[in-house]
Amino acid sequence: MKNIAYIFLLIVFGFALGACEKDNYEPPNALLSGKLLYQGEAIGLQYDRVSYELYQDGFGKTGPISSTFTTEGAFSQLLFNGTYKMVVPRGQGPFLWGEDIDQADTLLIHVNAETEQNIEVIPYWLIRNTTMAATANKVSANFSLEQIVTNNLARNIEHATLYVSKTSFASPETNIATAMLEGDNITNLENVALQLEVPEMVPTQDYVFARVGLKFIGVDDMIFSDIQKLTL
Amino acid sequence: MKKLSILISIFFTLIACNSDDDFLERPPTQVLTSEQAFSDPAQVLSILADLYSRQFTLYNLDNWQSMGDFNEAFYAQTQDLANQFHSNSTWPFEGINNFWSTWDYTYIRELNLFLERIKDASIKEDLKERFAAEARFLRAAYYFELVQLYGGVPIILESQTYDFNGDPSYLQVPRSSEAETYDFVIEEADELASILAADADTKARATKGAALAMKARAALYAASLAKYNNARTPSLSLSGNEVGISSAKAEEYYNKALSAATEIINGNAGSYALYQKNPSNLSENFAAIFYDKNANPEVIWALDYLIKYKTHYFTGANQPRFGAEEEEGGALNPTLNLVQEFELLDNTFAPLATVNGNGEPIYYENQEDIFANRDARLGGTVILPGSSFKSSPVDIWAGYQLSDGTIITGTDRGDQRILPGQSVEQQVVGFDGPVAGAVQNAQMGFYLRKYVDPAPGSGQRGIRSEVWNIRYRYAEILLIAAEAAFELGQPAKAAEYMNQVRARAGFTIPLSAADISFDRIVHERRVEFAFEGQYFMDLKRFRIAHEIFDGVTMDVNDLKSGIGKANKRSTMPWGLWPYKIYNPGSENHNKWIYKEFLSNQVTAADNWQLGNYYSKISDETLSSNPKLVKQPLQ
Repeated sequence: MKNIAYIFLLIVFGFALGACEKDNYEPPNALLSGKLLYQGEAIGLQYDRVSYELYQDGFGKTGPISSTFTTEGAFSQLLFNGTYKMVVPRGQGPFLWGEDIDQADTLLIHVNAETEQNIEVIPYWLIRNTTMAATANKVSANFSLEQIVTNNLARNIEHATLYVSKTSFASPETNIATAMLEGDNITNLENVALQLEVPEMVPTQDYVFARVGLKFIGVDDMIFSDIQKLTL
Repeated sequence: MKKLSILISIFFTLIACNSDDDFLERPPTQVLTSEQAFSDPAQVLSILADLYSRQFTLYNLDNWQSMGDFNEAFYAQTQDLANQFHSNSTWPFEGINNFWSTWDYTYIRELNLFLERIKDASIKEDLKERFAAEARFLRAAYYFELVQLYGGVPIILESQTYDFNGDPSYLQVPRSSEAETYDFVIEEADELASILAADADTKARATKGAALAMKARAALYAASLAKYNNARTPSLSLSGNEVGISSAKAEEYYNKALSAATEIINGNAGSYALYQKNPSNLSENFAAIFYDKNANPEVIWALDYLIKYKTHYFTGANQPRFGAEEEEGGALNPTLNLVQEFELLDNTFAPLATVNGNGEPIYYENQEDIFANRDARLGGTVILPGSSFKSSPVDIWAGYQLSDGTIITGTDRGDQRILPGQSVEQQVVGFDGPVAGAVQNAQMGFYLRKYVDPAPGSGQRGIRSEVWNIRYRYAEILLIAAEAAFELGQPAKAAEYMNQVRARAGFTIPLSAADISFDRIVHERRVEFAFEGQYFMDLKRFRIAHEIFDGVTMDVNDLKSGIGKANKRSTMPWGLWPYKIYNPGSENHNKWIYKEFLSNQVTAADNWQLGNYYSKISDETLSSNPKLVKQPLQ
């Protein structure tokens, strides 16, 4: 009698093991990745701000897979092989894309294993030649500004701001100090200088991350320079 | 024996079959058919009452969290809530905790069904007409809430039924334009104003006054959207005008708002007036608008509550903590940002004087002296340090300051420490706080007064409060008239209306026509209707939110400058902490000083994105109805 019980248990166990294979789907394993580029140059963005959407037709109701670009303007998604449509929703990002620059407003992407898809955009302005230095608890940044969009879609600068943070997410959201220059006060586009004093940090650390952001009038998202780690 | 039992069971089986004849035909005793439900006036009224109780208002007393956003209050209830609102620099497109969303077409369908079924109801014609008008009023009110959040929405005026043919596309209605949706609300309200009776004593049901008030507010909102969207945020538009109203329509809408408001002011809808029962104490008088339910001439329409049947816990959540009826309270702390907006009685703006011209602290004899000579609405909206609630004084002070500037304070409400030169511990911080980082106390130095109920037991979980949620009140009608008149180039008329509201708040010098400006209009609404839910829509319709919340951090100078300006920056919630001077022998001993305070929980400066002007339509809704278009800039 006891033997039968053991055999029975063994069979149930066997079924349980086998069942896993039957019930589970393969996880998505095709990697789609890419970057926002302007003439090969990466676009710096704020963390979790500029969104994009991926659609795949043919499976019932259509809804987007939404996500946001990284601070370096990159994106990546694990997907199933297939054809996807990618859009950057209108008004997102400190750049022009799609209809505004006479391109298709949807990217058709055939995802197959590892796929890379870069997106060409035209930023309103670019921050160039950024140099940053830290001396005696003071952070200074020098950079030049170049207007890229000059036609009727051009945007004026609302402000240029230096953000200093304890982590690499230096942004309007996470910072310990900022220095701002209003757009009207920027006189020499070739050399803009910002300076600030780093406040006391708890717990103390002997380095900070700094980044310059540029805000345009009437555009939500800012464009950023590279993030630099500075030793105090 | 066995045979006998078999026989007996056969017998019972046989007779059981016999009496089953009508079993399946018997009408259910617990379910009413629609004919039955609509055959008796009391039944119809109870169905209508259910529809009333489900009326949607974005800012309501059941959901006190919704009231405090935009740095008008600090969330002192839990750390979690404070983090959600104050360490996050922007708002999700659907609002924090989905506050800015509703898409309740089930409610609209039930209102439509009610309107269809009441046509065949076997009750008196005049009752039928009234009930139908009330349901239409509720439907228009809900569409009005929708259009405030989403812009144009699908307008569905009949109960849709699916015919199971596999193609639901005939049920999918596209969004109307924003102007069409406002027009629908205005036209419905206009028509209902001629059907519903004028009855100023009916507050919780639709009346002529309520319909006119809805018309006035809707027309005013539409007018300001037409004017300011094109002027300030032209990028907010959709090709089908689902959002955005042509600026050419602004004047027409302002005229409609003014005429509807004037009708109420002239008394055509019943005798409404400003609440002025207590002229000797204007602050108490202002607070009483919200809790006095006995012949209150100011209230036009309210979502009513009644002890034992329908109550809310707004008072329990927000009451002063010390000696409260329940060991909780102080959830929403009004901020200095709001408090300093209350004008001086000579019609000028000034920050609360904490330091003199040389940067030295100003010493006050009494704690409340710093708030002297200000708008009486301040004391009616905020519980100030040195004032009292439910006849017990609040105990708000942050600590002792010694002669050398050191602060002695505690880490808990009412903590005790030994002061220099003493041997016994004594209290060094108020029993009501403020204690930084501790929850449920006056962390900003203030408690909320408006809508907090002074009735005994209102702060107790077993009793709760029956204070009503005012949807329309007479002061708003006056300010609607003032704003519309100002925008139509009649500043003298605007001043006349606005001065009535200001006189009730204790201002003795009336504003002249030349004093009325856009800033004045926005400011007057902000202080009069603080914590009533109007501020959110004002931020949106004047298109000033992205200037006020521009993501730039605020220091003290920033805080104190530009008071009274419509687009003054308010990205962080500031508090004001009172300290007692401990310096025996000096003339300042036991006097009060005040310091501005920024909580270390406030780690981000608010940043309003242009996409925030319209609530997000959820992906689920969009994919269920492909005819809907997405909101702009999201």
